[in-house]
Formats: sequence, structure tokens, C-alpha cells
Amino acid sequence: MTPSISEYRQREQSITLSALPTEAGEGDTHDELLTLNFGPHHPATHGVLRLLVTLQGEVVRSIKPVIGYVHTGIEKTAEDKAYWKVIPVVERMDYLAYYFNSMAYVGAVETLLEVEVPKRAQYLRVIHLELNRIASHLIWLGTSALDLGAVSIFLYCLRERELILDLFEMSSGARMHTRYFQVGGVIEDIPVGFAEKAREFCKVMPARTDQYRAILDANQLILQRLRGTCPLDAETLLGLGVTGPLLRAAGNPWDLRKAAPYSSYEDFDFKIPVGTVGDNYDRFAVRVAEIYESVKIIEQALDGLPEGPHITGDRKVALPPRHELATSMEALIHHFKLVTEGFRVPPGEVYNPIEGPRGELACFVRSDGSSKPARVHMRDSSFVNLQALSQMAEGSYIADMIATLAMLDPILGGIDR
Amino acid sequence: MPDATGLELLASDLRASEGIGTEAILGTLHFRGSGTLEVAPTSIRTVLAALRERGYGFLASVHGLDYYPEEPRLGVHYELLDMSSVDRVTVKLRVSIDAPEVDSVTPDGQDGKGWPTADHQEREIYDMFGVIFRGHPDLRRILMPEDYEGHPQRRDFPVGGEPVIFTYNEHDSTGVPR
Amino acid sequence: MEIKRELVGSPLRVEGQDAQELLRGNELTGRNAPAQLEGAELERYVHERVLTTTLEKAVSWGRSNSFFPLAFGLACCAMEQFQTAGPRMDIARFGFEAFRASPRQADLIILAGRVSIKMAPIIRRLYDQMLEPKWAISMGACCSSMGVFNNYALVPADKFLPIDVHVPGCPPRPEALMHGILKLRKMVQEDPDAGWRERYKAQGTEETLPGA
Repeated sequence: MTPSISEYRQREQSITLSALPTEAGEGDTHDELLTLNFGPHHPATHGVLRLLVTLQGEVVRSIKPVIGYVHTGIEKTAEDKAYWKVIPVVERMDYLAYYFNSMAYVGAVETLLEVEVPKRAQYLRVIHLELNRIASHLIWLGTSALDLGAVSIFLYCLRERELILDLFEMSSGARMHTRYFQVGGVIEDIPVGFAEKAREFCKVMPARTDQYRAILDANQLILQRLRGTCPLDAETLLGLGVTGPLLRAAGNPWDLRKAAPYSSYEDFDFKIPVGTVGDNYDRFAVRVAEIYESVKIIEQALDGLPEGPHITGDRKVALPPRHELATSMEALIHHFKLVTEGFRVPPGEVYNPIEGPRGELACFVRSDGSSKPARVHMRDSSFVNLQALSQMAEGSYIADMIATLAMLDPILGGIDR
Repeated sequence: MPDATGLELLASDLRASEGIGTEAILGTLHFRGSGTLEVAPTSIRTVLAALRERGYGFLASVHGLDYYPEEPRLGVHYELLDMSSVDRVTVKLRVSIDAPEVDSVTPDGQDGKGWPTADHQEREIYDMFGVIFRGHPDLRRILMPEDYEGHPQRRDFPVGGEPVIFTYNEHDSTGVPR
Repeated sequence: MEIKRELVGSPLRVEGQDAQELLRGNELTGRNAPAQLEGAELERYVHERVLTTTLEKAVSWGRSNSFFPLAFGLACCAMEQFQTAGPRMDIARFGFEAFRASPRQADLIILAGRVSIKMAPIIRRLYDQMLEPKWAISMGACCSSMGVFNNYALVPADKFLPIDVHVPGCPPRPEALMHGILKLRKMVQEDPDAGWRERYKAQGTEETLPGA
């Protein structure tokens, strides 16, 4: 029994899926356009992204990205769970920036609840966010260098990332998707020894980044692949909704950490690296420079870490400390209600943007007064940034398209959600 | 984040401007420090163009939601950002599920330039909620397979999934035959 | 109330031989006891119990120590897969660092990440393109079961792909993934026909239907 194939599947079996006509020019067979499928499984390890690329010789004429291959229904699952149970679900969206996902969501819920986050928790959040930013940039650097042919950088970056994951394991017990941020603060205070280990890391990281730059910046192959390839001006990028290092590489210094500071970012002194031309080399240089700035922020946060509670004292929102459960009846009742039902959030809609490693990462939460959110939508930066790929890479060679895709830093978990 | 009076001034300014009129702006809401304008679905393009003239030149996000069980059920939110004065405003519209059609803001039109960033985001709203965007250059499903039936993120669409297998129902599952 | 305690059966000896016997049922009594087998079944019983020849053992040893994993990462588990290939938890010291890009050259597919319904037919096609003998490891909770997300968009890998080893975790630590790969290596060394081939009675790439 052969099932009848839908029209979509029939179209899948042919190669003429381009939006452009298949013949360019009259009678000149050398100018035929060929549509190639850079399938969802390809070794340029940016996830399961499928590109329908129309080529004229080696020059790319049009790109159509097809996404959805790792669509997980995160937003639908989040509607089914209590507010604090949504945190681990939402963390797994952009799987390299897990603290950022949870920060955006938790910030939105805190805005709805109008709960105040203690200063120490804000500083701890900043430390973990910047560590995660460095980890995300390291994977980006490693996989991009792998695409361009520099295989050893991949292993060096993974070595550094192990140090960061050790720090995460120290503070929360897990290496990735740590559930560390909770509504009202962080789940646990940092243990003894975390600050020393983090300072050691901050001493080591700039030297290592200098080493990477020494390998890559003076390498003619990398420079020729990246310099001058696929530039795009800031005006077009703004029209396409692109933010983050891509926009900063084009010259526009928009960064939410400086423009609309959240979680005590205004207490720290750091610069925003900005590029000039907006080509691939600028995108590369901006991200590498951001690593240095993040190290500076972490050092300042560790120096100025205030004493205080690590989560809000509002027992209707945050779990009471365990030693109180033995003595206080109210604490027991609060604990019970929070764990079984969860806290109720007053009805309303909130959009909370933060600066993720790839741009503006925002969370929209709509609550209808019950203990489960009515809608959680993550505005993911990679999803919007991907629209810029076709404008960036059209008219360039395939190799430049691969380099541009690497510099675009798409994370398919965030794109597909 | 314009404050409450600023939001009201903006709304009355928009109502007074030609091309929009008073029926287009259905209401304002100032909640937790940020302002929302509710507009009629037919005038979304003109309102966004007018806001662009007033400085809100960056469309940060277009997302949809299902207001089940309140009618009209489907809503679309547009988050605008004014980068020079760091101001955000939300524009929202609601359509009923029987006639879920909204003008797409992606392409350029007679009533102003388009917002290219809304391309994939409107496709996602179509995929997940079924809102049809008139004038969208390429309205197809983006996250689900193209021949999928149903709009998953509507509130009456079941969450789905596999039943959790315990000892009492482990032989009901497909997969490992024992 | 009096509680009687008694020792149930013989204590478990953790050696390969005894574990296999236990898994296949108590052979000295029961249906599969050698006294009750006849003909072809007896042949098969003897064949399975007698030590395999040196050549077969050598081939199994070679196969198990030279997996070529397919470079296939879907989501967060892929990041931990990178870390397993990284300098600390070095997969190269076991000889498995040659991640192949093409399925034709690979014999181990590590499904790292969540499998959505759009991706499932593609993974099946990749698996079919791999040459025999091939193995599959389902890394992480999302492809082994539905993981954190029990919803419309995901497919557990058991539904369309025969899996040899499931590695739990979300994401599993590099140590856990290594444990799973080494478990597979042991499995291949000792008995390459164990696992899903025995369960599904499948020797090729034909589709495995439930209940067949």
C-alpha cells in the first residue's frame, strides 16, 4: 500500500524549489541556475538548518532557509506548567545561552509580580550571565574556526568552556540548564571557593583569548575569508530587526546592558565593542572583544558582591529556607502551596527584553491570574537574525556564505523553539 | 517606556492624525511601566507607519497569542522600540478565529514602507495560530511540516505527547516487544 | 507482625556469563532448558553458548574499538557531545574521535538532542544510508523518552530507529556519554547480535514494525 504523497512531499522530491526562474539568459546553458539543498544534516555544525541555495556557478543567487527541524513546542509545554516549572523548560530553548533564557523569563514574571530582587542576587545573576556569554562566544569561536578550517581552535575553546562549566557546576550542581535563576533571585548562594575559582578564571581567560587572536588574526587564510566578505549596513540590519554583535559590527552601538540596564548592569564599567565596516571580520572581532569586556564585568561583580539574601524574602513567591520548616507553621504552609500549586500571578502582559549573546532576547508572558502562564513567547535573537542571511550572502561565493553563516551565530534551538 | 500621560498623548496624537482616525485606536493600557495601544486590525499598517514617523523605528517582535476563552480569540502584538530615546510601545490587535485576517506589515505598500523583520515572525504566527496575513510575500508554515494540519499553539489544541509508561500499562506501548 | 526474611535464589555474580544467563532467563529450568530443545533450536542454543571462534572475536574486537561516529548533533546534547570530544573528557583516547560527516562512512549514530516530527524521517534516511554493521546511541532524555517536553512536536527515537544504548541525562555529562559508548563497545565485543537485533529479530535495514 503506497500512501499518496502530499503535494509538499512531491515538491520535496524535485530540485526546482527556487523562487527564481530556472533559466537565466537565452540559449546560454552555462548560466543555468541550480538549486542545491544544504540539508538539515551538514557538518557546518550550527544545528539542523536547511538552506535552499540557488547557485549560478559558484555564486549564490538566492537563499531560502527552511527551519523547524528541532521545533520542540516549548511555548506550548510552558502553558501547561506552573510558573517555576517553566524555568527548566524555557532554559532549553537557546541551548548555549541558558541563563539568558531563564533571565528573560524570570524577569518578566518578576515584573508581573512586582517583586524586588535583592542586590546580591542581581550581582550573582550578572556573574552567571557574563560567564554564560563567554561560554557561548567560545563555542561560536570554536565552531566557526572549525568551519573555516582551523580545527585546533575548537579544542582550545572547549578547554576554556570546561573551566566555565566547572564554575556552573560549583554554584548549581549542573553544567548546562542549571535552573539556577528563580523568580525573585537565585536558587542558592554561591559556595565557598566559587569566588576564588572565578577570579582564577578571569586571570586566565584574557591571556588565552590573546592566544586565540594571535593564531587567527595573523592568519592570512582567516583574514582573506573574513575581510570584506558579505557586509551589510546598519540601516538594512535595523529594518530586518537584527540586534546584538551583528548590529554592533555594522557600527550601531546598541546594547541593552547600557541603553536600558537591568539587574544592576549600571553599576559596572565596561565598553561596547563596535565595528566599522560590517563585514564578517568585524562580526568576528566584535565577539572576541566582548569576551574581554565580559571578563571585566565578572571581576567587578566579584569585587563588589554585596552581602544579603540570595532570593527575595517574599514567602508567597520564593521557597522559605529549609531550617525554617522545622519551626514555623507558616513556612511549612508556604512551602507546601508553592511546591504543589505554585504562586499566582496577577493578570497582565509583560515583554521583558535583555541583551543575549546574539542580540535582543526577550520574553513575553501573559498571565490570567492562575498559577500557570497563559502564554510564554520567547523573542529569540537568532530567529530574527536569520532573516538577514539572504541579504548578507546573496551575490557571494558558497565559501563566503558558509563563513557568513558561521559569523551569524545561529542557534537552532532558539530559532525553532 | 513612555509614562501614562505620554501614552495618552501619543494615542490622542495618533487619533488626530489623518489616515488613522478615532475608531482605529481602540484603547490604551499602561501596565508595569510600559504602554500598550490597542488598534483595530484594519489600520495596523497606518498606525505602525505613524509610529515610525514619531521615532519608533525598530520593530523588535511580532508575536501572537490566543485569548481563549475571551472573544475575539486571536491577538497579535507588535513591539516597537525607539532607539534614540530608549522608548518601547506595544501595539496590539485582536481578530476573531472565524475571520483571522490581518494585513501583513512585511511588504512595502502605499501606506508606508514595510518592516522586513516581520517576515518569519508572521509566518510563525500563521503556523502556530492560523492568523492569515494578507499581502505577505510567502505565507507558509515555518516550524511545523508544511502538510501539518492544525494550529498547535491555540489553547484548544491538545499538548499531545506520549503516555508515560508505568508497570500497569507498559505492554500497551509500541516499541519494545517482550 | 512477624516479618520473614529469606534469601531469594543465589546471590548475583557480576560476571558477563552470569548476567547474560540471567537476562535470557533461567536456562536450567523452564521453557528454554536444554533438555527440552530439539533440532534447529538446539543447534542455535549450542551455537550461542559455545565460545565464538577467535576470528569472530577478533573482528568484534576490531569493530568495537573503531567506531566512526556520525557528526550529528541536534540540540543541547550536542554541546555535551562536543565536550566529550574536547580535551578533558577525550573521546580520542578510545579511538572514536573520527567524527564522519557522511553517513556512508560512519557506523555509529549518536542521536544528540530532541527529535522533532520534521526531523524524524531525515534521521531515518540517514540511518538507512549507513552501512552495516551499525549502531545507534540515543543520548539524552529527549530522544530516549520524550524528556522534559512531552508534547506534540517530539518523537521518541525508539519509534523509528532501533537504538542500542540509551544514555539518560539532560544533557548527560561527558562522563555519562562515555559510559554509554563504552557500554556499547563492550556489547559489541561480546556479542554483536545482542541488543536490538535479538529483540526485533532484524538483520537489515527493514523497518521494524511493532508487534512483528
